[in-house]
Amino acid sequence: MDRNSNLYTFIFAIVMVVVVASALAFTATTLKPLQAENVRKEKMQSILSTIGVNVDRNEAGNLFTDYVKQEVALNADGTENTEVDAFGIDLMKETKKPAEEQAFPLYIAEKEGKTYYVVPLWGAGLWKEIWGYVALAEDKNTILGASFDHAGETPGLGAEINQSWYEDQYIGKTILDDNGEFVSVNALKGGADPNDMHAVDAISGGTITSEGVNKMLDERLKNYLPYLKNN
Amino acid sequence: MAGDKEALFSQKNRKLLTDPLNDDNPITVQVLGICSALAITVQLKTAIVMSLAVMFVLVFGNLIVSLLRNLIPNRIRIIVQLLIVAFLVILVDQVLKAYAYDVSKQLSVFVGLIITNCIIMGRFEAFALGNGPWKSILDGIGNTIGYAIILIIVAFFRELLGSGKLMGYEVLGHKGKTIAESTGLYHFGYENNGFMLLSPMALITVGVLIWLQRAKNRKLIED
Repeated sequence: MDRNSNLYTFIFAIVMVVVVASALAFTATTLKPLQAENVRKEKMQSILSTIGVNVDRNEAGNLFTDYVKQEVALNADGTENTEVDAFGIDLMKETKKPAEEQAFPLYIAEKEGKTYYVVPLWGAGLWKEIWGYVALAEDKNTILGASFDHAGETPGLGAEINQSWYEDQYIGKTILDDNGEFVSVNALKGGADPNDMHAVDAISGGTITSEGVNKMLDERLKNYLPYLKNN
Repeated sequence: MAGDKEALFSQKNRKLLTDPLNDDNPITVQVLGICSALAITVQLKTAIVMSLAVMFVLVFGNLIVSLLRNLIPNRIRIIVQLLIVAFLVILVDQVLKAYAYDVSKQLSVFVGLIITNCIIMGRFEAFALGNGPWKSILDGIGNTIGYAIILIIVAFFRELLGSGKLMGYEVLGHKGKTIAESTGLYHFGYENNGFMLLSPMALITVGVLIWLQRAKNRKLIED
């Protein structure tokens, strides 16, 4: 057949696309359960790391229920929403809805007799989405642990938010001011005063990602205030 | 075809491996793949993992294009090449996510960036379309090694001078909150050069490498 004819070109293109598409569809479907399992265990690992339990991904799957005593989904007014499975809430979809319609997942964990309230976070970084977890102490004000992660921030710059030097800055900071008003914790460009209870150092060269973390903390945490005040 | 009787590692074939290392380096001589050289050279580790991923895609891509070279219609060859790169990249991404989840997280967006790496399309178009499978594989390996060398050199200097680390280890000592708490060089008041972490410095580092290479290698000097 003439390799320059239109017919040949069409046939070649169609065959090529069909072969490639089926090969990829097959791979994606076969690998899906393995990938989903990795994501699930990683989520458990991140939640555990905010309460100071640092284990590898496989162990996290086994230890999760030992520490996390309660998984609740909340409505915007602070009441519990019993219809939703808290662990299964997909924040990416949830955050697109108006606040009144969202379900807010909250994990209540216990370690060495202390109670931790772990709030999942979801927001936007520079390139893609960022997420994380903050663990609040029994006073529902002091941060006991924070863990952040990202889908595609710049390595060495914004991507540093998942490093312990950044995350550990949040430990001991408080989200409410002396009058009990919500002020969140902000990463400040140019460095924060170590005595400032509501500020940490932002990442040099990662300004937009740092601001993304600020916005995420502010927007997500304030939805939990009604629940945290009443319980 | 004369190629059929040629030894596997004849002088000509060896040249396919060694030329891209110096005389025909994809980054410093052909000035291709600069985009990724800027983006992922902040840390040595990402540079190495990226090089391995590019090697997989370029070697197999070159092989596939070379096997299909007599079948691909000339008028749609670019889009066919693009399809092959995209196929391999998605494949790598999916397999990493399932079996090497941590590596896949490390690479994040850069796996996708391989698709736009000009070296890959460049080698398909310039080499694999006109040469046999074995030669194309050698060409793929040679070019990725040439690419990797530059990436690793740039990443070495950027990570060392920018964050004082190599492969994530603090080789220059630990920087504490005060000089008294710091160890190693930081104890004497040394500071990291944060500027090295920004992309312009990658471009300057590549520029210095090009200059050094041209000063040493007479063949590259144009009149």
